[in-house]
Amino acid sequence: MKVAVVVFPGTNCEQDVVHALRALGGTAELVWHGDADLAGADGVVLPGGFAHGDYLRTGAIARFSPVMTAVDRLAAAGRPVLGICNGFQVLCEAGLLPGALVANRDLRFICRPVHVRVESTASILTAAATVGDVLRLPLNSYEGNYTASAAMLGELAATDRVVLRYCDPCGAVTEEANVNGSLDAIAGVANAAGNVAGLMPHPERASDEILGSTDGVVVLESFLIALRLAAVR
Amino acid sequence: MRVVVSITRKDGLSDPEGATTAKALRQLGYPVGEVHFGRTITLEVDAADAAAARAAATDMCTRLLANPVIEDFTVFVSEGEAVR
Amino acid sequence: MTPPVATESLHRSLGMIDDEYHAVVTILGREPRPAELAMYSVMWSEHCSYKSSRAWLARFPTEAPWVVVGPGENAGVVDLGDGWLAALRIESHNHPSFVEPYQGAATGVGGILRDIFTMGARPVAVWDPLRFGPLDDSHNRYLLDGVVRGIAGYGNAVGVPTLGGEIELDDCYTANPLVNVMALGLLRRQQLVLSAASGAGNLAVLLGASTGRDGIGGASILASAGFDEASGAKRPSVQIGDPFEEKKLIEVCLELYRQGLVVAIQDLGAAGISCATAESAARGGMGMDVDLDAIHLREMDMTAAEILMSESQERMLAVVRPDDLDRVVALAERWEIAASVIGKVTEGGTLRVHHHGEVVAEVPAASLAEGAPRYLRPYHQPDDLEAAWADGPVLPASVDVPSSLLRLLADPAIGDTSPIYRQYDHQLFLGTVVEPGHDGSLLRIKGTGKGLAVSTDGDGARCALDPQRGAARIVWEAALNVAVVGARPYALVDNLNLGNPEKPEVMWQLIEVIEGLSVACEALGIPVVGGNVSLYNETAGVDIHPTPVVGMLGLADPMPARPPRLDRAEAGMAVWLLGPDDGDDFAGSAFARVVLDQRRGRPAAPDPAAGRAVVARAIELAGWCPVLHDVSRGGLAVAMAEIAIRSQVGVVVEVDHWQDLFTESPHRLVAVVPSDADLDGAMPGRRIGTVGGDAIDFGRHGALDLPKATAAWAAALARHLA
Repeated sequence: MKVAVVVFPGTNCEQDVVHALRALGGTAELVWHGDADLAGADGVVLPGGFAHGDYLRTGAIARFSPVMTAVDRLAAAGRPVLGICNGFQVLCEAGLLPGALVANRDLRFICRPVHVRVESTASILTAAATVGDVLRLPLNSYEGNYTASAAMLGELAATDRVVLRYCDPCGAVTEEANVNGSLDAIAGVANAAGNVAGLMPHPERASDEILGSTDGVVVLESFLIALRLAAVR
Repeated sequence: MRVVVSITRKDGLSDPEGATTAKALRQLGYPVGEVHFGRTITLEVDAADAAAARAAATDMCTRLLANPVIEDFTVFVSEGEAVR
Repeated sequence: MTPPVATESLHRSLGMIDDEYHAVVTILGREPRPAELAMYSVMWSEHCSYKSSRAWLARFPTEAPWVVVGPGENAGVVDLGDGWLAALRIESHNHPSFVEPYQGAATGVGGILRDIFTMGARPVAVWDPLRFGPLDDSHNRYLLDGVVRGIAGYGNAVGVPTLGGEIELDDCYTANPLVNVMALGLLRRQQLVLSAASGAGNLAVLLGASTGRDGIGGASILASAGFDEASGAKRPSVQIGDPFEEKKLIEVCLELYRQGLVVAIQDLGAAGISCATAESAARGGMGMDVDLDAIHLREMDMTAAEILMSESQERMLAVVRPDDLDRVVALAERWEIAASVIGKVTEGGTLRVHHHGEVVAEVPAASLAEGAPRYLRPYHQPDDLEAAWADGPVLPASVDVPSSLLRLLADPAIGDTSPIYRQYDHQLFLGTVVEPGHDGSLLRIKGTGKGLAVSTDGDGARCALDPQRGAARIVWEAALNVAVVGARPYALVDNLNLGNPEKPEVMWQLIEVIEGLSVACEALGIPVVGGNVSLYNETAGVDIHPTPVVGMLGLADPMPARPPRLDRAEAGMAVWLLGPDDGDDFAGSAFARVVLDQRRGRPAAPDPAAGRAVVARAIELAGWCPVLHDVSRGGLAVAMAEIAIRSQVGVVVEVDHWQDLFTESPHRLVAVVPSDADLDGAMPGRRIGTVGGDAIDFGRHGALDLPKATAAWAAALARHLA
């Protein structure tokens, strides 16, 4: 049961994701973006960072990396594919997830803890959580402002694919809590099958008590459980 | 009057975004040489004639729109709809 | 065909004085060629050669059993035990940031990171102490905003967390902002790499970005002369940073070290290829043959002098064995990093540069790197100094404590700095245990039980009144800042920002500052492992305050399981004030500046015995105290307000005199502890109050509502960055 953690030039959260997954008992290996296969991995994480410097558009160049063909295949086979922050942006550019991420409302980089409310447990992102749970996770992005067409937004709502929304510590979705101005306060979404998901906050940065929060563990656990279930199927 | 301002990195200064994008385009098989990034800004300027609009836009670029330390700019003026 | 000899007036346009030109002629035994003159001009600039300060820098204590590499290399290195080393360095990018704030600050970050990974270390954190003019001026706001965006834009993208810094605002920085940057790296002992080239026949490989005209003469022109109206004309010297290229360079270099493929390595910063080749060769006692035609250029028509002086960013010069070249090139290719052999190490100490088939320079490498003239510039104490010392701040008989506190909290240099540090990724690498916004930041060293604390401190206002005492006090403050998160002071780096050293008063300030820092470090038993001197911080003849900025590294061994934080006070806890008895110390204080608008008098001298005792006590208390906070800017009142605001719970504190609330006498510490804890013991200390209620309550001196205090504190800086 192995997780491939993809490294594009400019990725910088790969070691953090490997560290957090291993701490939860997972097996994780780094895979270079130029490799055309995922070395027999059962699932894949696209970690945060600045793939290709975020030049042109965030994720725009990364989607053409050879490894993305393999990620496509894995996704089509129903295996779990998780994008965190820059990885979420890459999955959106690659068309594996709907919508796009644009510059934050205030046009500033935001590094701070935020609260997100679990809206759905129908995907690999939060299968181990409960709807209504409020998680405190670090956000760290300039282009974290989620947007999608009105039609897509309707489809996401109708098919239970909005997974996380920004909220206040009590779980209320407010304008103030939606720190980057995301459409409908969306912090995380999934594909129709629920095996591909992405989120802007960093669960791996909230997986150790000494760092201030362990609320990210349920997200990474959900992914690892999905990994095992997909392999059984 | 419609004025379009094109702002680019000064010649000789590095343009990492352009260079990275050029590399990606070449890897996709496109025969491109240098790629340069810039911004275009479209302004509706209330001016008596094209020369006045150009002068106003030039002043705007110098003072605010462009960063004269690292950027050059070009001003295009159109009285009709030709420049969008 | 012989290249032309430089005309004698060329040296002046390169910023070189006549005596220096004649020194070059003496070294070479002939008139220099243009490229040679260009190399000497940058290498002998103040920025690269420290020619005005070097004689005095020898004063610093630099030795301790845990020092692995002291001053003189790209970064200082200390031993942390368990096979771990830390590399640390501080630099300034003052002038470039004034010319173009975003790129100036960004390339400052890029440059200091190269200094760190040049040593074999992975850069793990950056700090940015910043100084600007008052923020009611729109240009100062533009500079602050641009600098912060530049640090964020580069630091975040290159993938190194920025763990804070500090901010000071004063008129003297209006036309001369100070943008200092400190970086920390971690490495295993066997990864240490030095810059001394060795092995005749080994190859010099240039890695990274192409070479263009950006930053030509930056070191000598931007950082070594004052500012005037001609600043506009210097603009082509601006350098553009590319954090993506730097990220790839970091990974390539660390992999080259891991595979043992590098004999020596040197980054290209100020003075570009001139500096890297000359220093690398000189440190190894070798020479080097350099072929400028092998360098990948961004512009085709560059002259030899331009190539040698270019400060294009994100470049490294590695010395490799010929047999390893193929592996080095293959590794660089994998990371899409350009690599070209541009030279060869030679015996004999001559740096020989070829261009278009001609020798354009042939000089002793050591004469570039070490041969700059040393100046013992005249110095003297300002004539009016002692009179100014006698004329201290005039204190009113009584003070409206709540409104004074409110004014202090609303000061942008005292209020909430999160509008700055929330633009910085401060969590990457899962190491940040205490984030920015506390006295010192704390990083864990994963897998060891140890932690590293860092605090950057400066105080131009106090140093202006007494440079020696002011400098000593920032060392003591930094020591206490790392101690409150459980770390013992371990090593220091310093950045000396001063005005024009050709003025005897400025030279005197430099000497006093060095003395103050040295005495404090000796009292703490810590070495100075590196530093930087930024002179000519003057505009239109007006110098900045003498502004030493220190970066203190502390080692927490073991790291507290739950280090103290400002936001852990709870109702019912007791408040203790530890340290020597209060004295009135208002010269250079925030109260004198913000409330009284007086900048005069002489700050109190630090007390080494009391300082050591309180540092030791803080380290001990950090093991179990919920809150430990040093008393500094704004005194006890601001310290208590910060705890109350961050914990969102009131405090009730009793003191005798209003002065006790605002004095900034050194070596004092607030501890918030469970009510039954007794801190009486080895040092002076007394219980001064209790946590609870919804006000910052000083009894008969008045109370300030917590929501009102919070709002003022939160808006202090934010309103200037909106």
